[in-house]
Amino acid sequence: MTYYMLDNWWWPYIFILVAGWLATDIWRWLGVLVGNRLEEGSLGLLWVRAIATSIIAAIIAKLIIYPTGSLLDFDIVVRIGAVIIGFIVFIYAKKRIIAGVVTSLACLFIGNWWLV
Amino acid sequence: MNSAVKTSKTYWYLQGARVLFTLPSLFLASAILGFAGLAVEVGIPMLEVAFMNAAIWALPSKLILISSIVSGTSLLATSIAVALASVRFVLMVASLFPEIRQKSTPTWQLLLLSHFVAITAWVYSFEKIKDIPREMRVVFFAGAGSSLVTFNTLMILATYRIIETFPPEVLGALFFLTPIYFLYSLWRNARDYSVYIAMVLGLVLSPVATILFPQVDILVAGIIGGSLATGIYVLSERRKHAQ
Repeated sequence: MTYYMLDNWWWPYIFILVAGWLATDIWRWLGVLVGNRLEEGSLGLLWVRAIATSIIAAIIAKLIIYPTGSLLDFDIVVRIGAVIIGFIVFIYAKKRIIAGVVTSLACLFIGNWWLV
Repeated sequence: MNSAVKTSKTYWYLQGARVLFTLPSLFLASAILGFAGLAVEVGIPMLEVAFMNAAIWALPSKLILISSIVSGTSLLATSIAVALASVRFVLMVASLFPEIRQKSTPTWQLLLLSHFVAITAWVYSFEKIKDIPREMRVVFFAGAGSSLVTFNTLMILATYRIIETFPPEVLGALFFLTPIYFLYSLWRNARDYSVYIAMVLGLVLSPVATILFPQVDILVAGIIGGSLATGIYVLSERRKHAQ
């Protein structure tokens, strides 16, 4: 039962609904039910939030270290270097997001040009 | 602005929709263009890409779905891979919604709204929600979430035919913007230092977990990192109060 197995126009949509929408939203619904039992300011909520934060940080690292698509054209050293330099500038610029983003992007292109 | 307007739901819905004119929304749109570019590259038709975007509304899930389609993976195996990568939504929704809902908010409304939870909306809501009156937070979140989904889905339809002409460096840079924006925004909006510990642990544990547990790397890194961060935070707070 692969994506291209059936010739019907609707099969890809069923595939997306089952393997994409349902497989993702089932967890969102479970999150609502769990969240309904958590009180603001409780230890449980602190823990859940810390795990959610760690998960997003892990995704950030994965998107940079093991990217998909065209970001692979940039060397891994350049990618990680651009994040670290951008982060330092971001901290020194009183946590202005735009300062970090612009620095990281500039480092990405300069580093890439340097290597090529 | 008179107070009658500020108590109307339409006003707060539109306030939420203003997310479209912010930097995070621009970065999200860039990342979604990057995703659409990948989908075009592997030959998925326009309407299917747009449908994927609106129905799933989670970038990692969409990327896994595309790579499964390309490699001819079965429906069951694809569902399992996407589901494993999406467990984090339990924690993201469960940590955000207690700040959005009121005691009187019906659960069915929250179930519908939960579809809009993805990293951008999660980060943005934590940034803004404390300044929104409690009884208007559900409407505000609905405005932000629905406008992001609608705008980005229309954008895919509008750019599908020209996306192939984008130089690969540009698509690569678009993919780079999202993670760095999340990094800076989460750091900036941390309410206490437990967030810093959780972030650093998540960043460091992620590549280790990818090598050891490639299927569930994000989840393993997140649960270990978040639990350690909570432990460290609670213990050092106790020590502080004991002194």
